[in-house]
Amino acid sequence: MAQFLLKRLFQVMLVMFIISAFCFGIQDSLGDPTRELAAMSMSDEERENLRDTLGLNDPLLVQYGRFVARAAQGDLGNSYFFKEPALTVILKKLPATLELVFAASIIIITISIPLGVFCAIRPRHLFAKFTMAASVIGISIPVFLTALALIFIFSITLGWMPSFGRGEIVHVWGYWSTNFVSLDGIAHIIMPSIALSSIMLPLFIRLVRAEMLEVLSSEYVKFARAKGLGSLTVYFKHALKNTMLPVITVGGVQIGIMVAYTILTESVFQWPGMGFMFLEAVNRSDIPLITAYIMFVGFLFVIVNTLVDLLYGLVNPMVDLVAGK
Amino acid sequence: MTLLTIKNLCIEFPGRHGTERAVDEVSFDLSPGEILGLVGESGAGKSTIGNGIVQLLSAPGRVSSGDIFLNNTKISTFSSKEIIKIRGSRVGFIFQDPMTSLNPLFTVENQLVETINKNLGIEDAKEASRIAIDLLHQVGIPDPEVRIKQFPHQFSGGMRQRVVIAIALAGDPELLIADEPTTALDVSVQDQILSLIRKLCRERQVGCLLVTHDMGVIASVTDRVAVMYRGKMVEIGKTAELLTSPKHEYTKSLISAVPRSSKKVDRFPLVEYIETTAKGLKHIDVKTHWLGQGTRHENIQDLLEIKDLNLSFVTRDAFLKKNRKYLQATRDINLTVKQGETFGLVGESGSGKSTIARMVAGLQKPDSGSIKFDGIELVGNPDQVAVKKARLQMQMVFQNPYSSLNSRMKVDDIIAEPIRFHRLAPPQEIKTIVGDLLDHVGLGRVAGLKYPHEFSGGQRQRISIARALASRPRLLICDEPTSALDVSVQAQILNLLKDLQDELGLTMLFISHDLPVIRQMCDRVAIMRYGRILETAESEDFFEHPQNEYSIELLGLMPRFDKIYEVEATA
Repeated sequence: MAQFLLKRLFQVMLVMFIISAFCFGIQDSLGDPTRELAAMSMSDEERENLRDTLGLNDPLLVQYGRFVARAAQGDLGNSYFFKEPALTVILKKLPATLELVFAASIIIITISIPLGVFCAIRPRHLFAKFTMAASVIGISIPVFLTALALIFIFSITLGWMPSFGRGEIVHVWGYWSTNFVSLDGIAHIIMPSIALSSIMLPLFIRLVRAEMLEVLSSEYVKFARAKGLGSLTVYFKHALKNTMLPVITVGGVQIGIMVAYTILTESVFQWPGMGFMFLEAVNRSDIPLITAYIMFVGFLFVIVNTLVDLLYGLVNPMVDLVAGK
Repeated sequence: MTLLTIKNLCIEFPGRHGTERAVDEVSFDLSPGEILGLVGESGAGKSTIGNGIVQLLSAPGRVSSGDIFLNNTKISTFSSKEIIKIRGSRVGFIFQDPMTSLNPLFTVENQLVETINKNLGIEDAKEASRIAIDLLHQVGIPDPEVRIKQFPHQFSGGMRQRVVIAIALAGDPELLIADEPTTALDVSVQDQILSLIRKLCRERQVGCLLVTHDMGVIASVTDRVAVMYRGKMVEIGKTAELLTSPKHEYTKSLISAVPRSSKKVDRFPLVEYIETTAKGLKHIDVKTHWLGQGTRHENIQDLLEIKDLNLSFVTRDAFLKKNRKYLQATRDINLTVKQGETFGLVGESGSGKSTIARMVAGLQKPDSGSIKFDGIELVGNPDQVAVKKARLQMQMVFQNPYSSLNSRMKVDDIIAEPIRFHRLAPPQEIKTIVGDLLDHVGLGRVAGLKYPHEFSGGQRQRISIARALASRPRLLICDEPTSALDVSVQAQILNLLKDLQDELGLTMLFISHDLPVIRQMCDRVAIMRYGRILETAESEDFFEHPQNEYSIELLGLMPRFDKIYEVEATA
């Protein structure tokens, strides 16, 4: 176990190194930051002095070394717009995004598993066929279209749902304020999370169905039947657990992707999360914030994947995390 | 008193191209404590009967007519709810492959206890667990208290099959259906499992329906045997009687096709009844044909020389070298194969015999040692041109004809590929040569236009052989070439290999776990265990006077079809 985590730590460092090099590349080639910082009337000499004090005239490698050294201490530079550390800005926005992803994941899990299992058990049932057809359509509709349609129907036409923002949020701890405590907060998170889950949900239904079909044709399911177990035990004990193995692996990657996908959903619903922040940062050329965001998302990806691998090892006794297989 | 009665059972599989009748008017009965063998080749419908009894047929299959009685209760008309009550509690099942019939994600305890809960109605977890441990003890698993907490992958194949048997017996059934229970196991394990099944049936007065394709298994454990052929039961009778004086033509040919371990015959009797080769094939004279005009070679004594060959696999990787664990796949292997002979490598699974073949063929790189082919060193030789030339002269025939042919290539292209790649013949002649090769292996040149999936297992193995011949090899490495095939087809393929050897002067490295096949095919044999060669001997010497202790044990465990057969015949 310790060896696995150590190995992972090494991999994290490698991944973060590559991402940091990439981010530094962006920072370096996106123009002169003194233009944003300094007043219009600044003379060339003053500008040059400023570049010196900021270290922008040093050799590239020295600059990169400084960047990495700072990043290792959690200092990813200051946001030009917010005038505070970029990491702080991100951490402030993080809870909103994570809550949105969490709500979407709940929707995906609670709907895709029962539906996928049903489509596998009763492949000829009319509802199963309908689900499969609908899932193809679901995959093909982009998130922003779903989001706009939801707003048009439920907010504008019917007037049932709030169309933007987080609504009433309750402060919990640190930067974390939650949507899940008040009714108004819950009402605000419903539509964004549906929109966010709309792409992944059909994918997961199909994934669960395909894996379940595969497992159902396996020998141990037949043996479980031959032992005299009832259909429910066979389906939900013997088959479902095996079905979940690949679903967990794919799910882990997808959660990471979902964090990235929030950009679209958050901008349509004006959700004050990381994605929305990133879009604004791009518009404002807030380069430190952009790079900090990319580094942070990369880090998040690695963390989520590690957790998924640990979970996988917990479910599958054949995986020996120590041996790294 | 009869336990199981089957009357005029028909099982059908409705399909797009009409309904296929897998089981046709089959009737038999079974008494408590009796073991009835159901024997036949693949597609004979023998497993279908077993599955049909407890309604475990896969999707479109159904019992279309006929009756099944279990202890005078008609169960063929039971609803799915009623049949679930019978499964496990009155009819226990053992499947072929113990590697796949246990759920990998649950402990053995969990899988046993759920069966006990359901079939014996015992809800108390401690009580159920106690019974489970007792069952494991009965089927001969050491330390059942400890092992019950383990997962299936921590058990060996034979041990898993014991667990499967324990689960099958957990509900205290009256009838046991064993579907090829030992096919996936080694001979020594097979013997243990069969004796266990036999013992348990006798002790508990359980009737057993034993489905198998293996005449040796039939001879060693069954009381009576029913022979199936294309869905019909052609013959049923007492095992000893049926094996010694078969009445039906099919049974006769089936028995004659089983390789004998008692004496060597020149060719296997041809079983025309089962699968005939194509007629009107062009006969080629090997002496003048392209096939016979390979790089002709002066007669040397030893074609293949292997010295101190070692290979180990890493089974557990670790950052520090001392923490890594290795499996020594082969250890100091020394052997020589003479020009024109068939050299057999025998051993149980994991003994390293296939690994040697793979190293000779260049599919695996040895850690150390030397492999010389016709005097050319193949391991670490800087002269790659010479090595490539040597490799061209050795070809491999693999075990599984279903996965060793590219399913997206036409047979013509599969066979022509080595000729094209090595530029062995002018392009305009390739088509004729491929056709001749197909004729020569008994398929006929029209076969070349088809894709591999249109052929049966035996025909595919013929394609593999034709492909191997296409580079005009001197050494043919056959890795279990017939173990995926039915006996009748096996006889044909082995005959074909012998014919080719006679005509072309081929040298063969023949790998098999099947001792009778080895006796029929090989001039000399090497016995392997745990990556070592224990004994190398002339084949006849080995079978008559084995030297090594393990060889004697192995020969004793050989499927005893001949033994019973001979005892009865001389009596």
